[in-house]
Amino acid sequence: MTNATTLEAKTPKAIPHSSGKQVDEVTGSQAVLEAFIAEGVDTIFGYPGGAIMPIYDALYDYHDRLKHILVRHEQGGIHAAQGYARTSGRTGVVFATSGPGATNLVTGLADAMIDSTPLVCITGQVFAHLLGTDAFQETDVVNITTPVTKWNYQVTDATEIPSVLAKAFYIAGSGRPGPVLIDITKNAQLQKFAYEGYTPCKHIRSYRPKPIVRKEFVEEAAKLINAAEKPFILFGQGVILGKAEKEFKAFIEKTGIPAAWTVLGLSALPTDHPLNVGMLGMHGNYGPNVLTNECDVLIAIGMRFDDRVTGRLDKYAKQAKVIHLDIDPSEIDKNVKSTVPVWGDCKETLPMLTQLVEKKEHKAWLARFNEYTRQEVEAVIHDELNPTSDILTMGEVIKTVNELTNGDAVIVTDVGQHQMVACRYAKFNQSKSNVTSGGLGTMGFALPAAIGAKFGAPDRTVVAVIGDGGFQMTLQELGTIMQSEVNVKILILNNRFLGMVRQWQQLFHDKRYSFVDIQSPDFVMLAKSYGIAGKSIDQRTDLKAAVTEMINHNGSFLLEVMVGKENNVFPMVPQGCSVSEIRLK
Amino acid sequence: MSKQEFTITVYTENQIGLLNRIAIMFSRRKINIESLNTSPSEVDSVHRFTIVINEFEEVVRKLVRQIEKQVEVLKAYYNTEEEIVWQEMALYKVPTDVIAEKVKVERLLHQYGAKAVVIRKDYTVFETTGHREELEGLIKALEPYGLIEFVRSARIAIIKASKGFHEKLKEFEEHEPGEEVIENEFLDKQDEVFTM
Repeated sequence: MTNATTLEAKTPKAIPHSSGKQVDEVTGSQAVLEAFIAEGVDTIFGYPGGAIMPIYDALYDYHDRLKHILVRHEQGGIHAAQGYARTSGRTGVVFATSGPGATNLVTGLADAMIDSTPLVCITGQVFAHLLGTDAFQETDVVNITTPVTKWNYQVTDATEIPSVLAKAFYIAGSGRPGPVLIDITKNAQLQKFAYEGYTPCKHIRSYRPKPIVRKEFVEEAAKLINAAEKPFILFGQGVILGKAEKEFKAFIEKTGIPAAWTVLGLSALPTDHPLNVGMLGMHGNYGPNVLTNECDVLIAIGMRFDDRVTGRLDKYAKQAKVIHLDIDPSEIDKNVKSTVPVWGDCKETLPMLTQLVEKKEHKAWLARFNEYTRQEVEAVIHDELNPTSDILTMGEVIKTVNELTNGDAVIVTDVGQHQMVACRYAKFNQSKSNVTSGGLGTMGFALPAAIGAKFGAPDRTVVAVIGDGGFQMTLQELGTIMQSEVNVKILILNNRFLGMVRQWQQLFHDKRYSFVDIQSPDFVMLAKSYGIAGKSIDQRTDLKAAVTEMINHNGSFLLEVMVGKENNVFPMVPQGCSVSEIRLK
Repeated sequence: MSKQEFTITVYTENQIGLLNRIAIMFSRRKINIESLNTSPSEVDSVHRFTIVINEFEEVVRKLVRQIEKQVEVLKAYYNTEEEIVWQEMALYKVPTDVIAEKVKVERLLHQYGAKAVVIRKDYTVFETTGHREELEGLIKALEPYGLIEFVRSARIAIIKASKGFHEKLKEFEEHEPGEEVIENEFLDKQDEVFTM
């Protein structure tokens, strides 16, 4: 239908304004898209529906300026936006309709909330006059999403849209980032109003994105560090979110302090850096866990002492003085009591600290880590990476990926054994390369997140490492890969089990394997039906060639590797145990 | 250390949905809110929540920080009973014919500082303001006369040591906040914090 009225609605029209200036008359929908352009958004992940149709109608005229990726499920859309945010360092953007469209976002919001990922999600909502009437596809989205958003807001009047979206982008991306949801009623999307342009938000009086750095705290921290004999650094995603990788590297190189990472901090420091001593936590490396309970000064940077990192808290680093650098004041002393809190953005605090610390080397102390590494290699790593039996291990697959991508790939992982193995063994040369669902542990995250990760880092190879269980949770996104021709490499490590749960059942539930033997379809045939090339292997002799083919293939590729059914991930800090009680087998 | 009563004062923007955002932070930790009041504050446009809970101080401290982290919350404080001046109000409805006959009632009202708000032929409504024990004492006293309805308001509280929010708000409104805005237990108690 192309009559005069619809055309008029689609083209901004200059109208006289009370100020005497000529201003454009736009619809609420156009104002949303204008805000995106002003914020530098280039990619939207979304799915249309009744209550968001005016926005999609406006998008029709903006398709040359805004790329829209049609996903197959809103959960896929939001995970894709998360992947985009994690590899690009920018805010991910999502569209969903009201009711089920909006509720399908909830898992992704919770994931982004706990992993501090900046997102702006726009949901359509029923007409304002229908709110509260159980209208078709009406859900109270603002209240449903309150605990899983950094901020949310319902717009019922289009004139609010420019300022609300400016606030949304500011809140999502500043301070400790997080997801923001803006619910816009259909009447507001359709409503025309005099548009006075878009002004980015730089200040909200009730919102303090970062605390002021207090010099005296930095000085106290430096004193502690200078006096320390066995200092130990733990770093998390705060280093990446603060874009402080260089500052962090300068700090550790001057102080010579061994540094270990949380799963989300991985790739902030190159894996083969001499001071990178490995991974913390439940399936982390031997040395970092044991020596946490031996260090004299523990320096935590942009991490939040999650229970998977600390194990039993009352036996965690009790001997150590704790310096905690974090941008979020509510994280200080939440789990581990600090001796010196250093509130602030580590981009600012780290250089201040670097200036005050003495140049040192901690050779003997570092050697302790290396000695534990030697023991771990002997007991676990060597056999995982160079198995002698015929059965393929997850570790050797990751090692092959490392070799063939030179550590330059973005590795997106799902949740479970393969995730821990990938985090343990993947090699990274650059930051923002490891994308995984850390805090929430969302199975089904990897495939859609890999799609977004590719849009966020289009020049890089993106490998999604996924288990056979998690893949089946969001495999509908193969449709998105097909339609949008997204070049992601899908590496399914198939052990024909829900492996991590099986491992726990074996170790802690007398091998009572309760509903973990999951069956899978023919993944290669499935990929083929989406026009995606694929291959399945179960022989070591085929491994290198198959991974090479996957990486070199022009376009997306699915490689299934049949790995050992009952392999376990070790080392392991059993739940309820101290980090120093970590088991090698 | 045991659980004790804390009064939490939260200065906020007046925003739809903020009550829910604050309330779920308590329910998430399975903490019962004993009393909750929302009202204007000493500053025009700034809202004030007064929330009473029974908890360990450790929990309350973390909770208050997380409340303060919410985008539309300006500032949150927690105080023990000794640190505040507080009042609650109660209304009591009793049958007029019964109390009219009893001379004692007048003395009773005087004793509890209560006054009649409405006197009708069929019922009378009394009102009193004070601490919990006083309000509850009057319930007991009125019960023999046939208490028809009773209702008690949430607690409202003034922080004894507070200088009000006017000056603080000015800081919040500036783009670059001054150092005095940032106040926390470490800055206040530095000697205890640095345990070296």
